[in-house]
Amino acid sequence: MTAGAAELAPEGTTTYAVRCLDLSYRFGTHTAVDHVDLDIAPGEMFGLLGPNGAGKTTTIRMLTTLLKPMTGTVRVFGIDAAARPMQVRRVIGYVPQMLSADANLTGLENVELFARLFDVPRKTRASRVAGALGAMGLTEAAGRLAGTYSGGMIRRLELAQALVNAPRLLVLDEPTVGLDPIARGDVWEYIAKLRADHQMTVLMTTHYMDEADAYCDRVSLMHRGTIRATGRPADLRAGLFDGATLDDVFRHYTGDTLDKGQEEGGIRDVRRARRTARRLG
Amino acid sequence: MTYAAPGAPPAAWVDPPAVRDNPVAALRRLASRIVTLCWVELRKIRHDRTELYTRAIQPALWLLIYGEVFTRLHAIPMPKGISYLAYLSPGILAQSALFIAIFYGIQIIWERDAGVLTKLMVTPTPRSALITGKAFAAGVRSLVQGVVVLIIAALLGVALTTNPLKLIGAMVILVLGSAFFACLSMSIAGIALARDRLMGIGQAITMPLFFSSSALYPTRYMPGWLQAISKANPLTYEVEALRGLLIGWPTTLWLDTVVLAGATVASITCAALLLPRLANR
Repeated sequence: MTAGAAELAPEGTTTYAVRCLDLSYRFGTHTAVDHVDLDIAPGEMFGLLGPNGAGKTTTIRMLTTLLKPMTGTVRVFGIDAAARPMQVRRVIGYVPQMLSADANLTGLENVELFARLFDVPRKTRASRVAGALGAMGLTEAAGRLAGTYSGGMIRRLELAQALVNAPRLLVLDEPTVGLDPIARGDVWEYIAKLRADHQMTVLMTTHYMDEADAYCDRVSLMHRGTIRATGRPADLRAGLFDGATLDDVFRHYTGDTLDKGQEEGGIRDVRRARRTARRLG
Repeated sequence: MTYAAPGAPPAAWVDPPAVRDNPVAALRRLASRIVTLCWVELRKIRHDRTELYTRAIQPALWLLIYGEVFTRLHAIPMPKGISYLAYLSPGILAQSALFIAIFYGIQIIWERDAGVLTKLMVTPTPRSALITGKAFAAGVRSLVQGVVVLIIAALLGVALTTNPLKLIGAMVILVLGSAFFACLSMSIAGIALARDRLMGIGQAITMPLFFSSSALYPTRYMPGWLQAISKANPLTYEVEALRGLLIGWPTTLWLDTVVLAGATVASITCAALLLPRLANR
């Protein structure tokens, strides 16, 4: 048995899809993530909420093996992300906040690129690529350059890229930022369908509280590098007062409004969000 | 619980293959990533050939104007039977590849800004394989461009070798040279971190690299200090090898190849080490 197979817990036997314990990361003197504990159950749709600069993306970066935690551990389906990054990458599908589809390749080529990078065998590659594109409703547009796609289509193409590896965990960093309301609804519909069809675990970050409320099983509210509250959106709202929104819950636990929190994001966060919105046009 | 590939039977959706951490598997993965990233480059060239044509203008001008005028001037003494234009052609071929390769640092910063790099780094692709793949992709683009330059040279009456082994050797040298300069550029990108800064540095080093090599004139006509710089300049070894293979110019081919291959391995290592600094910026 290989190292990877030995570490990968069989499906249905892992208690946690993701388990972060005492996770911290600093950039110079700024503590981006401060002793965070986080558990996500298999099959769960989990939202990590908070304004720009809250530490969501840094947490995601540690979880996706892009950064090594300075303290603590991250395990994905039982695999230590710092010790076995290659194995963790094989079970993750990742869609970054910024538009990452290559405008100079067709939709088909964009997905095939990731099928190759994930070592999908040549025999099954074409059917996998076609299946992923079909699941995202992009079969007809597959032969067109991605540069000609609408914003919503590009997001769906990125989901198809993330899906081609048949991931057990789908990580979405601000999946609907910059999209108009119709395209946002469209993208969520596809994510929900995917989850229903494949019982996939989904971890997403967002600062749209309404979307988290509507689609997430559980959420964690993150502020200034720490998790202030975790629970089902309905429970968090009910625990506050009748008619409370997630925004109210956020204000209650952080003493801040989300809008004020947004202003705390560094120039890079703001620039990144604007760039994505501009490209989505 | 089983996973079904979108649009495919459930049996197709299986646990991801485990990775064997042995040298043979690592080499196979490296070869696979090189092939994949070269495939992407060829697809892009196929979709948009504009760059191929516009990039042909500069070498055409060097050969047509500079080459023709200096051939008539007889300013640089040549051995009997070799025209200055023939001497110049391999130099312009290497220059053309250099200008293409130097662009890869800017490209990788653009990929970082667009989220492409992050997504590539969350695939089971080691940093060194990603850099090597990109380096060879630069080589593939240079080869395509090189064919255009050689056609122009042949049309101007330069007698190039028709020996297939020597032509293959020239292709190998051109790929190695492009890989080195692409990695040099990506290494600088890992230090400069911003596109504007890199463009300035790129412009500042490209022409000195070119003029301090033997692309335009034999090194024996250079002042002593410039000869020393020329000996440390990998472009000199690339030009000399190309010259030896394409027009039969006397050179130490094994030395040129060893220096170029060694410089390429060193630059791949350097760029791979600096990649996380660039990606996590």
